[in-house]
Amino acid sequence: MSAVNCIDLCKTYRQGDQDIKALDHVSIDIVEGGFVCLSAPSGGGKTTLLNAIGGLDIPDSGEVYIAGQRIDNLSKGELAELRLKQIGFVFQAYNLIPVLTARENVEFVMQVQGVPARDRADESYAILKEVGLEGLEDRRPAEMSGGQQQRVAVARAIVSRPALVLADEPTANLDSKTSDELMALFTMLNETHQTTFIIATHDQRVMTYAKRLIRMLDGRIVEDIDQRAA
Amino acid sequence: MIRVVTLLAWRNLWRNHRRTTIMLMAISVGVWAMIFMTALTRGMVDQMITDGVKALPGHVQMHNPNYLDDPSITNLIPLSDEALAEKFDNAGFKAWASRVRVPAVITSERDSRGVTLLAIDPVAERQMSFVDYDEVEGRFLENSEDQGIVIGRKLANTLETEVGKRVVIMSQDPNNEIADRGLRVVGLFTASTGAVEEAYVFMGKKTAQKMLGVAGATTEVAFLGDDYRDVEPVYEAVMREIDGTVDVNRWYDVNTYLGSMMKVMDGFVLVWVVVIFLALSFGLVNTLVMAVFERIREIGLMLALGMKPSSILGQIVIESMLLLVIGLAIGNLLSWVTIIPLQDGIDISFVSEGMEMMGAASVLYPSLYLSDMILANVVVLLLGFLASLSPAWRASRYEPVEAITKV
Repeated sequence: MSAVNCIDLCKTYRQGDQDIKALDHVSIDIVEGGFVCLSAPSGGGKTTLLNAIGGLDIPDSGEVYIAGQRIDNLSKGELAELRLKQIGFVFQAYNLIPVLTARENVEFVMQVQGVPARDRADESYAILKEVGLEGLEDRRPAEMSGGQQQRVAVARAIVSRPALVLADEPTANLDSKTSDELMALFTMLNETHQTTFIIATHDQRVMTYAKRLIRMLDGRIVEDIDQRAA
Repeated sequence: MIRVVTLLAWRNLWRNHRRTTIMLMAISVGVWAMIFMTALTRGMVDQMITDGVKALPGHVQMHNPNYLDDPSITNLIPLSDEALAEKFDNAGFKAWASRVRVPAVITSERDSRGVTLLAIDPVAERQMSFVDYDEVEGRFLENSEDQGIVIGRKLANTLETEVGKRVVIMSQDPNNEIADRGLRVVGLFTASTGAVEEAYVFMGKKTAQKMLGVAGATTEVAFLGDDYRDVEPVYEAVMREIDGTVDVNRWYDVNTYLGSMMKVMDGFVLVWVVVIFLALSFGLVNTLVMAVFERIREIGLMLALGMKPSSILGQIVIESMLLLVIGLAIGNLLSWVTIIPLQDGIDISFVSEGMEMMGAASVLYPSLYLSDMILANVVVLLLGFLASLSPAWRASRYEPVEAITKV
């Protein structure tokens, strides 16, 4: 079954007097347990595609299906519900809630989901340990390094075991060692939990971890490579 | 959900300590000003009304139907002293008394003044009189046949007379003939305002009835209840005992100026509280808008993670409510701490002449009413809630994808 299926997506932004085609008749089908990298130069459409898949942005035309459910026609509230229950997000710039500790940030999504306190505590402790942040649970984002913050963001994205994780330039602010550690973590989660990962990046090192690499240019898919075959 | 939203609201509140502290100070001082100024105004008006009611005196009064238009001896109550006693002695009033109240002229060997003659039974009047019998220089009247007269201190100064000297009191009898007699000043009373000391003189009721040729008749019957704000039970009790030959009025019907002042006061307090809050609300809304504006990205993140717009709205509203509740608590405490030490009165004798023109005394007693405190708190919370809706609504309407990319 498809984890993500996009059919003929188009999205145009107005920039000054110009219309910019961020998505130009894009269609992709990603299977459950897929590990896909979207690669494109800046302005190539990868973040727009990621946002459309995550229900953060509505395409001008085309259809988006998540686990068989069409989402491009859902209301704001229904999209919020979908993101809460089925999708984990890792954004480029850490994007943690600054007034919450690492543990509280990780628990945030579960709290919104209504998970009981004891379960939340157990889950968050386990996941923070898994991403190598044991002992830093009570630190606030300002008290952690960039790599540590990104790990918290990853922990938050995967703690409620979403079927799909969308990561937008997750290693953009990390050094190479931390990037490798993060990608190793994604690979492990993909293999052990069958979580589908879609990662937008233009980092060549990140692309080597992907099972499938989709290259985009000017809003169009120009190359779709199955890296396991290669 | 409420828990996480409240936690976020609380933490966000203390993110910018300085801004929150300044806003708290503004709310606290505003609430303090609302309550403190209301207590002072209430105190002043309460005292004016209390003094005014005492000067009538009595919470409910009964007259001849023509008396209030023409307060002369011709408009007597068509019931004798004995008939009144039979009706009202066992009717359960806190106090009641019949009296003769007529305009008169008092003359000393030096000067004359127009006054209101109150011819009373001093024993029956004791509970409702504006005169403290024990504070009288000389003595107060001892019974209704007392042959002396008690006048106010200020009137004594004006007439250049004193205890022990004789004065002449002059009025009209029912036949419009001059009725007068000489009396010895036996006491000088002190009242809360000089105007009252100049306006009233006391004689024994029977002595005055004899002078005026109206033996056993009176012009006024006064009834006292427990609270001047709640005179209805007294009024109804009187109405049960009488027929249509007399008029019965509540004190605020007799003194319409004081009556309307009491009614206006509640409206005034509400307007005062709302006006202060409106000034405060600009600061509150500005603070909330700034707080929302500087975390657009964070709000976008929460929306992206699956938080519903209604929860974002709730978070901002709770944040403002927390701010208001803390400000209210400090403001209420400040009010309490500053009003309690002033319960014994604030001496404003340096403006006593001006205050007297308004009918107020030269010592101001602040009155801290629970209802006024509740009103101030409810108005602040209610209007604060409404003021916070705009920034909260704005925050909840952000598009996550746009908000999250804001720098």
